[in-house]
Amino acid sequence: MKEKKTKVKSSLDDLDMTVSNQGKDKYILRLYITGSTIRSALALTNLKKICKEYLEGRYELEVIDLYQHPSLAKGEQIIAAPTLIKKLPLPFRRIIGDMSDKEKVLLGLDLKEVKEKIDFQ
Amino acid sequence: MKKTEHKTFNNDLPKTPTGIQGFDEITAGGLPKGRPTLICGGAGCGKTLFGIEFLVRGATQFNEPGVFMSFEETNEELTTNVASLGFDLNDLVKNKKIALDHVHIERSEIEETGEYDLEALFIRLGYAIDSLGAKRVVLDTIESLFAGLPNQLILRAELRRLFRWLKDKGVTAIITGERGDETLTRQGLEEYVSDCVIMLDHRVTEQTSTRRLRVVKYRGSTHGTNEYPFLIDETGFSVLPVTSLGLEHIVSNERISSGIKALDEMLEGKGYYRGSTVLVSGTAGIGKTSIAAHFAEAACKRGERVLYFCFEESPNQLMRNMLSIGIKLEPWVRKGLLRFQAIRPTLYGLEMHLAVTHKFVNEFKPDIVILDPINTFVTGDKEFEVKTLLMRIVDFLKVNQITALFTSLTSSECRMESSDVGISSLIDTWLLLRDIELNGERNRGMYVLKSRGMANSNQIREFVLTNHGVELRDVYIGASGVLTGSARITQEALENSKVLKRKHEIESKKREIARKRGDMESKIATMRADFASEESEAIKILEIEQEMIKRLEQDKMEMAKSRKAKTGNIATKNV
Repeated sequence: MKEKKTKVKSSLDDLDMTVSNQGKDKYILRLYITGSTIRSALALTNLKKICKEYLEGRYELEVIDLYQHPSLAKGEQIIAAPTLIKKLPLPFRRIIGDMSDKEKVLLGLDLKEVKEKIDFQ
Repeated sequence: MKKTEHKTFNNDLPKTPTGIQGFDEITAGGLPKGRPTLICGGAGCGKTLFGIEFLVRGATQFNEPGVFMSFEETNEELTTNVASLGFDLNDLVKNKKIALDHVHIERSEIEETGEYDLEALFIRLGYAIDSLGAKRVVLDTIESLFAGLPNQLILRAELRRLFRWLKDKGVTAIITGERGDETLTRQGLEEYVSDCVIMLDHRVTEQTSTRRLRVVKYRGSTHGTNEYPFLIDETGFSVLPVTSLGLEHIVSNERISSGIKALDEMLEGKGYYRGSTVLVSGTAGIGKTSIAAHFAEAACKRGERVLYFCFEESPNQLMRNMLSIGIKLEPWVRKGLLRFQAIRPTLYGLEMHLAVTHKFVNEFKPDIVILDPINTFVTGDKEFEVKTLLMRIVDFLKVNQITALFTSLTSSECRMESSDVGISSLIDTWLLLRDIELNGERNRGMYVLKSRGMANSNQIREFVLTNHGVELRDVYIGASGVLTGSARITQEALENSKVLKRKHEIESKKREIARKRGDMESKIATMRADFASEESEAIKILEIEQEMIKRLEQDKMEMAKSRKAKTGNIATKNV
């Protein structure tokens, strides 16, 4: 049940590309999960998908299993699981849930323009 | 309050003592062990403090570490707030006795994107509990979650799971909740926490506020159902149990002097019973306080401790006034045997007064408590409350074997006996002082209206304030009623003169009799003299008579001799 802390780091190879891409900053995300529950797994899959689609190459995602690191919950004010924390760019945001509502995830990540694009499709 | 040992029966619910003064008494041991308890109440009623004190007492007195999870105040705020109550949270946190965790939820930061649970909160709490080995947990106020997390369905399910989880963890938990409009808590937490529910209340009546506590529910245990007043002061929380839930206090046969000799004499010559309740009632300015002061002074002279609550005068004023009748109280205050506690009755609500009385009595441990006067509490139609208040005070003092003296001001219009009828049943010895208006004077009369367990005097005595204290004088019952004051003095003079006159009369009568006796005796003497002379005369005549008879006989004899007759016949005829 208790999974190791997994780190998925995208390569930061091309900074110019990030800047040119709608002038967006680099995303620093942290996902807190509770072991390998269905919800946690689902959240991770959904998030990875979204990141790949919209933030390819300009995000940093750290996945933390709270069962492994219970003390971290206090420091980051985590109460719900799964919780995704958007540390950067500002504003600071917590996105809770299994990330199945894609629109809301995008809203939480301030990717509204993208949301409009989806509406067109 | 002394901590009382509670007998636990075998089938009794195990309990966790809170260490909060009085609370463990009304719940017969504390909160249900290993179960969550809901504390609900409005804003500012002391929920957080109850929780904090539960943890602090647990950590310091019962060696049970605790976790405080706050959803409202930050750790710093909390530490500062309770520092004023003498709790050093920083120290306890440093020594790993208490863990503080502030859960901060900012609605604007949160985006819900699907199913979630509060497992992270569980982990967080579980981690804190395990790292201290905590036995006690306080969640203050968990309802804030409802403001932060929009999905109520999830939240409710998770709360239910949380309380179950707390039970499984075996921690004794306090969950606080804000009072709702129609429910005990806004979010209906009472549905989830069903073992023990305690309601705190902060009510304002007639501009005075009183905090009250009520055990709404306590599954598997007996508990007091009343509303108990409680205090939050510099030593924390204290709940006032209505003590002596029966009338089973020990009674003493010891008698103590009232400080007034004549009054003691009216009470079988011994004074009041120790541990009894004495009421001195009367109209304004009649000397109630003087009687109280006498009693206080006498007690101090015996080396007893006296706690004097004055609700109308300042201690200095009272001491000065008593000096004018020769009662010196100040030295006893300096010796620490006498303590004055001056409080305006309007300062607190009734319950608060009770609380304050309890507190001071517990602190000072007096042998005698004086409340002067009690009826300043009575404003308007609160008679019932006042009676309850006094009953609680009386019971509390009796249980502690403290003799109580209350003074009560009665208005002159209504009959004194009836005006105090509300509390008469609580009183053991009742002294009534009354005005006697006669001949343009107002004098003081006093009598013992009742005194349980002693053959008290039924006499009305005149009550005089002299420069060496209170004195009781006999009064005269004249044709026009009881005589007091100058009428009494006149009567005294009148009686004195009467006595004098009678004395004179007796003397003269005696003299007259003596004279009469003299007369009589002299008369007797003359009569006797007369009689003696008469007697001697009679004797003389008699002698002459007999002489003559003799002569006659001789003559006869001679005649017969001469005629030669029989002598015998003649002799018998003459004899």
